Amino acid sequence: MSSGKRDTTLYIQHHLTNLSWHPAGSSSFWSLNVDTLFFSSILGVLFCALFYFVARKATAETPGALQNLVEVLVDFVDKQVKDTYHGRSKLIAPLALTIFVWVFLMNFMDLIPVDLFPTLAGYLGLNDLRIVPTTDLNLTFGLSLTVFALILYYNIKIKGPWGYVKELLLHPFGVWFIPINLILGLVHELAKPVSLALRLFGNLYAGELIFILIAALVPWGAQWLLGAPWAIFHILIITLQAFIFMMLTVVYLSMAHEAH
Amino acid sequence: MNINLTLIGQMITFLVFVIFTMKYVWPPMTKALRERQKRIAEGLADADRGKHELELAQHKSMEILRDAKLQAAKLIEDANIRALHLVEESKEQAREESARILKHAQEEIVIERSQARESLRQEIAGLAVMAAGKVLDNEVNEASNSAILDKLIAEVASE
Repeated sequence: MSSGKRDTTLYIQHHLTNLSWHPAGSSSFWSLNVDTLFFSSILGVLFCALFYFVARKATAETPGALQNLVEVLVDFVDKQVKDTYHGRSKLIAPLALTIFVWVFLMNFMDLIPVDLFPTLAGYLGLNDLRIVPTTDLNLTFGLSLTVFALILYYNIKIKGPWGYVKELLLHPFGVWFIPINLILGLVHELAKPVSLALRLFGNLYAGELIFILIAALVPWGAQWLLGAPWAIFHILIITLQAFIFMMLTVVYLSMAHEAH
Repeated sequence: MNINLTLIGQMITFLVFVIFTMKYVWPPMTKALRERQKRIAEGLADADRGKHELELAQHKSMEILRDAKLQAAKLIEDANIRALHLVEESKEQAREESARILKHAQEEIVIERSQARESLRQEIAGLAVMAAGKVLDNEVNEASNSAILDKLIAEVASE
């Protein structure tokens, strides 16, 4: 039984280890998670190619099925952005669209059976493989820190460097509480990228872990009993998380545009 | 699970995709959508206008129809009255004609009767004269002759 338990632990560990590449003789920070980069890029290129293909031929005539799908997404994102953000930035709406579709596609990889790609990779001689890029903190922080950089950029662009610093120093309690204001302001700002990244990561990591646990612990004949309901429920989660990430990005960026 | 260089790689990837979307995907898509929106709005306005015009046309056609019906009814009435007049007139004419013919015939009958009577009278007078001559030629039998004469005169007078 103990060997069985060890096998299970190994199985789970195996599924939670990235395929990474280390430059020889350097610290672990300089390694690259090849699987995360690969799958996120493939999906991103898929998104860009599909949307570019449609956008290039988009007309005001009666749209085909593909154009219709793309239009629904564009229209949906456009509406959400317009409801929240009233500025004139040409960046925010395309940014929101990219986040929504790209994150959704990456989340969607979670619905592919957990053993399929790792097993295929095994035949190619690759030991570890994780196909869901959003279960990698590097990716979620990559997204959220980029958004954070944009938040800072717009804060400084709209309010001016001095205006932004003043807002950090004088809000919310006024001039006599500058240290407290500064601490609160910094926490407030830093919480944005951290919560964005951890929320997406946490949801997807937990979801994937449950798929792995089902695969590891439940006899194969009964796996669908748990796997199917969880997968169906997960369709909701992956869409919702993509939407939340997009929405919060738009909200944060529109907050950056408005002076207190 | 560790944060490593992948983070930087992902940020760059993300930026590339965002810039691509901003440059090549978003503008044509929104342009197409706006254009379609505009067209739909125009189409709806056109439809409204068309509906309005149809309504007006319907009203107008109904009016024309009503006028035509009135006119037709009037025509039919006129024609009926005229026909009635014609019938009456012709009846009248026929009546007059028949009366005239009748009168003419009666007059003719009267004339013919008086002519016949005249000729009869002359014939009877002749016969009477002949009979008188014969009687006078043979014998004058006062008694018998006078009886015959009396009878003849009575006969003629009764006619």
